[in-house]
Amino acid sequence: MATILTVDDTASMRQMISFTLSSVGHEVIQACDGHEALMLLKGKKVDLVIADINMPNMDGITLVKSLREQADYKFTPILVLTTESRESKRQQGKVAGATGWIVKPFNPEQLLNVVKKVLG
Amino acid sequence: MQTAHALEHKGMPSGAEQFLTFRLHGQDYGITILKIQEIKGWDQVTPIPNSPAYVKGVLNLRGVIVPVIDLRLRFGLPEAERDVFTVIIVANVNGRLAGIVVDAVSDVVNIGAGQLCDVPAYEGQENREFIKGLAQVDGKLLVLLDVDRMVNPDSLDKSAAAAAVAAAR
Amino acid sequence: MAIDMRQFHQTFFEESLEGLAGMETELLRLEKAAANNGHDTVAADPEILNTIFRAAHSIKGGSSTFGFEEVAAFAHVLESRLDALRDGRSRPDRRVINLLLLSVDCLRSLIISARTGKETDKNVIDGVRSQLESLESESRASVAPMMATSQTQTSATAHWHIVFRPHRRLFHTGNDPLRILRELSVLGEIKVQTDLADLPAWAQMDPEECYLAWNIELIGPVSREAIAEVFSWVVDDCTLEITAQPVQSLAPRSITEAVAFMDAHAGTLRVSVPKVDALINTVGELVITQTMLSQLTTNFSFDNLSRLFAGIAQLERNTRELQESVMHIRMLPLSFAFNRLPRLVHDMSQKLEKKVELVIHGEQTEIDKTVIDRLIDPLLHLVRNSLDHGIERPAERVAAGKSETGHIELKACQKGGNVVIEIRDDGRGLAYDRILTKAVERGLLPASAKPSPGEIVEMIFMPGFSTAEAVSDISGRGMGMDVVRNNIRSLGGGVEVSTQKGHGTCFTMRLPLTLAIVDGLSVQVGVHTYILPLVSIVESVRINPEQISRPAGSAELYGLRQEYMPLLRLYELFHVEPRSTDLAQGLLVIVEADGKKAGLYVDDLLGQQQVVIKSLATHYRKVEGISAATILGDGTVAMILDMTGLIRLAHAGGGRAAIPTGAASMTTAVTPTFN
Repeated sequence: MATILTVDDTASMRQMISFTLSSVGHEVIQACDGHEALMLLKGKKVDLVIADINMPNMDGITLVKSLREQADYKFTPILVLTTESRESKRQQGKVAGATGWIVKPFNPEQLLNVVKKVLG
Repeated sequence: MQTAHALEHKGMPSGAEQFLTFRLHGQDYGITILKIQEIKGWDQVTPIPNSPAYVKGVLNLRGVIVPVIDLRLRFGLPEAERDVFTVIIVANVNGRLAGIVVDAVSDVVNIGAGQLCDVPAYEGQENREFIKGLAQVDGKLLVLLDVDRMVNPDSLDKSAAAAAVAAAR
Repeated sequence: MAIDMRQFHQTFFEESLEGLAGMETELLRLEKAAANNGHDTVAADPEILNTIFRAAHSIKGGSSTFGFEEVAAFAHVLESRLDALRDGRSRPDRRVINLLLLSVDCLRSLIISARTGKETDKNVIDGVRSQLESLESESRASVAPMMATSQTQTSATAHWHIVFRPHRRLFHTGNDPLRILRELSVLGEIKVQTDLADLPAWAQMDPEECYLAWNIELIGPVSREAIAEVFSWVVDDCTLEITAQPVQSLAPRSITEAVAFMDAHAGTLRVSVPKVDALINTVGELVITQTMLSQLTTNFSFDNLSRLFAGIAQLERNTRELQESVMHIRMLPLSFAFNRLPRLVHDMSQKLEKKVELVIHGEQTEIDKTVIDRLIDPLLHLVRNSLDHGIERPAERVAAGKSETGHIELKACQKGGNVVIEIRDDGRGLAYDRILTKAVERGLLPASAKPSPGEIVEMIFMPGFSTAEAVSDISGRGMGMDVVRNNIRSLGGGVEVSTQKGHGTCFTMRLPLTLAIVDGLSVQVGVHTYILPLVSIVESVRINPEQISRPAGSAELYGLRQEYMPLLRLYELFHVEPRSTDLAQGLLVIVEADGKKAGLYVDDLLGQQQVVIKSLATHYRKVEGISAATILGDGTVAMILDMTGLIRLAHAGGGRAAIPTGAASMTTAVTPTFN
């Protein structure tokens, strides 16, 4: 199965995502903001990144931009989580290079479906 | 013989129930095994200051402090010597533990609704609140006790007050 | 597959409440900044606003994910408002900040209601919400969907023709056309034809660019929306054509979420990793010791006796370390108890039209969680008291030559086995004359009595005592000083007060570090062993029979260095047999409770030891004079004594005749004089 990085500043979301994904056999790494995510990714390879947009220290959009600048992560699927109803946030994500988005609230089934679509 | 209706009125189920029987001053008694946690031999008991005489004290039950009641004294019977048969029945009533000192334990018996009788009025009506009912088992009369009432600390207080009042008269 | 979301609820509740606490702190900072700048509105530090926004945002996201709709609805409105603030579309003036603080309260109440199932005050919450809504200067575009959207699905089979022509840079967003094709294949039967028209020669090809396109035939009960969904992420990065036969019948199918929420049960504990590491290390050493002892005893011979003793000594060390490690885990910094105070001071000072500054020191001092939980209410009451009765109005302060702003200082530190918390204000101090008047009025003191200032001040701890003229709804009702003292006492601690007229008052709380164990002195009375808490013991002396006086009947007093205190014969209070009733044969242990001393007569002192507190009340009930029980080394139970209860027992005539009230504790010159 795949290695997935989940980045969110709220512990309950991270736990839910982590639990859901590991229950089907993925390995999940957790980070609480963009900074920690970049640190954890040093010298490591993940198959998918799921990141919240609103986070302290480094938000999701900046993280995506940062990752896309790295050779290792040029083509890695990155999904952003957003509750923002405004199109602009999703667009920002896309412009930054995100693969796609998941709209909050979502249930575990939806999460698994999306991950399955992206990873195969 | 009383009907099941009258017994339900007393709060007893109409199906068969299992009781642990024990002896006290020559009389057989029974307590529902559903409220019995364990049985242990006589153990060292630390007295509780200013408690009623029948509260012998507390003992250490694997780290938990459990009060011990001498049933003889509770019923106003003369106190007995502790011997090798003396047993402490540890009752568990809604999570509250209490130890009851009795002379000796006998078997566990099944008592069906048909074997139960209501308690007739008797002289003095002492301790009546502790008696749930009477049963005939193998030709012997078994007094079924209400454990809840017996070990309820509030009733312990009330009885102490009643005893004090009686003593003062 | 069904994943039970309830396991995440606990974390959600805790992080949301923490987020709200943080929001509150930041809002107060914002207001302070406004006050310092001298005008109402403030060019706020963007980071403060961002932090506040993010907290509301997280709560909104989490609550809607986990199905707490009322919380989500309120959080949504709050978030919109905060977003407007963050963007500069509106400015945070005092009115707005107060409304936001109220909103924090509402959200908190909603979250707690979600957690415990208890009702909230709907009217208040709706009121605040509509105020928030009416403040919005511009309406937000669209409301974010709270539930998953409904999808329509055709029941009839459709035939679609899809042309998918990605732009060159499609790969750079991590998208993979193969994934999209796979997704389509799930919807129905597909036939895919790859269009290689744009593929250059190998030499010119950039492997990071997408040159391929696809023509897809899709047959199945699929709607256009479903197909568009598959392409939703890449719709801007490609050209897409979806053509089909007309859709026949639509059967609406809605996907609804039914996430049940459950009351989260009693609290969890957040423990720092170093503490857990220390615990693991200690347990490791314990295991080593155990293995060693086990080996020793397997083939035991008396030559190994000294090694056995060494092993036992090591076991004692390990056990002690383990105990300390575990107790540390349950210790939390006092900041948890102090965090409600700034808000309280803020709100109350506004309400009372006073200017008050709260300064807190030593909030990182740690104390057991169980103590903290029971400390919060007494603490709040004492601070409320300071605000209500202690600190004067600005005009009065200036007239008294003080600064306009009153100060309340909270200082916490660890002293020995206790934590000491001081609540000091620079207000008007306690009014001796008012207290004395009230005490006489209530019959607590005879009119002719001339108590010392120290004794007057102790009066405020009497039940039902309140000198406030009008019982304000802030203090003077609900919890009196006596309840405060009893609460602290029941924790094994104490409260003292000192005051200086015109300068201020200081309440000092002493609390044990933990409720689980106590340092005690074992004493012997006859065959019985009792434990006295060390913290209550002043000293122990051999009894000098000449110092005993019997002022009124049989009650006894003992004189020690110009101080007279009641002499309590423990064996009488407990109705047990002592070794000797001759006082000269035993010892007197001088104990202190609530500022009063007493002498306890016992046969022997056995030694000091730390004992684990075991409840007597769990399976029996509370006994006067006994605070709890413990299990001694030999497995027997011993009673831990409660000094205050013993003194009460003595007063109630537990042993001899009651001790005359005037003799509670008197400091006299040389010879005592009695009424």
